[in-house]
Amino acid sequence: MLGALVIVFREVIEAGLVIGIVLAVTKGAHGSRAFVFGGVAAGALGASVVALFADALSQAVAGRGQELFNAGVLAIAVVMLAWHNIWMARHGRELASELAAAGRAAASGDKSFLALALVVALAVLREGSEVALFLYGILASGESAADLLTGGVAGLLLGALVSALTYFGLVNIPARHLFAVTTAMITLLAAGLAAQCASFLQQAWIVTALSQTVWDTSGVLPDSSLFGRVLHTLIGYVDQPTALQLVVYVATLAAITIAGRLAAPRARAANAHAAAE
Amino acid sequence: MKSSQILLVAAALATGAVAAVAADETSLQLSIKDHRFSPAELHAPADKPIAIVVKNLDSTPEEFESKALKIEKVVAGAAEITVRLRPLKPGRYQFVGEYHEATAKGALVVE
Repeated sequence: MLGALVIVFREVIEAGLVIGIVLAVTKGAHGSRAFVFGGVAAGALGASVVALFADALSQAVAGRGQELFNAGVLAIAVVMLAWHNIWMARHGRELASELAAAGRAAASGDKSFLALALVVALAVLREGSEVALFLYGILASGESAADLLTGGVAGLLLGALVSALTYFGLVNIPARHLFAVTTAMITLLAAGLAAQCASFLQQAWIVTALSQTVWDTSGVLPDSSLFGRVLHTLIGYVDQPTALQLVVYVATLAAITIAGRLAAPRARAANAHAAAE
Repeated sequence: MKSSQILLVAAALATGAVAAVAADETSLQLSIKDHRFSPAELHAPADKPIAIVVKNLDSTPEEFESKALKIEKVVAGAAEITVRLRPLKPGRYQFVGEYHEATAKGALVVE
């Protein structure tokens, strides 16, 4: 039972953290909850379908289907996160001002929420398909299924707890800092996912360049450990990254940061705009 | 910006794709039965790309995982996957079946 709990929990930590962050980012925006939980539901449904067709998927594209699927899902998530940050950089000022908080944010922010809901759905889809497959296997095997299933469900609940802790941790940050904190978190999250996308392309042998390992800290902090796993999601920590992963990570960080700066309205222009209103 | 990132990935894809077609691949077979790998030890020559076909004879799914080889790949029940490896330096590379880590253990010996 404990084994099942650990396996399931390990798979859902990442999705749990992502859900918590997205909930915090969209907090107070009218109607955003429906987007986020819709994303979770869509992701879970998708995960069950992917698990059912796991064999067909891994056979696809000359045995590279699984990696391409994962890389594709990650790439879309990265683009959505980047887009959200850029959008927030442009409109964040309006959202941050207390006056605008609820109603207007929802009206103008729908698209941005949709992007985040998609990020949630993709996280649940990717991690959830492995959980679904694992639980499905337990049911199929019949070996002390009840016990293992209890472990699996407990693992899922722990994942939900991670979401809750992340969410409450974030919303306790004073409102004026929250925007900066979540922007940084989403940028780091996106960079980590982009690096992971690169590693799947390398695993599938689609990209062979820059495959040497840059460092090995698996002795100090293995990324399969609980803390390593959390860091892996939050900042993209990997204990044995390849050069390509590192390059993609840094490039994504830089790209999103620079794009956010460029998208942000000039302070003076914004003041003038505010004065005119 | 996202478009520059897409460019980057595309560029990486293009450079990699050229090198990806490997002619002198070493093919290895590995099967999983009763949550154990057979053979538990594989042998392959160094500095040559390797393809391992992992056949899962159990009805339950398994995840072929190796930190040393940087591989994490699910194999459904009664199914098979192909694990592709870059040319490796001599050494012993361990792998496990993540869903049954207690019994499913193996290693690839590159020499």
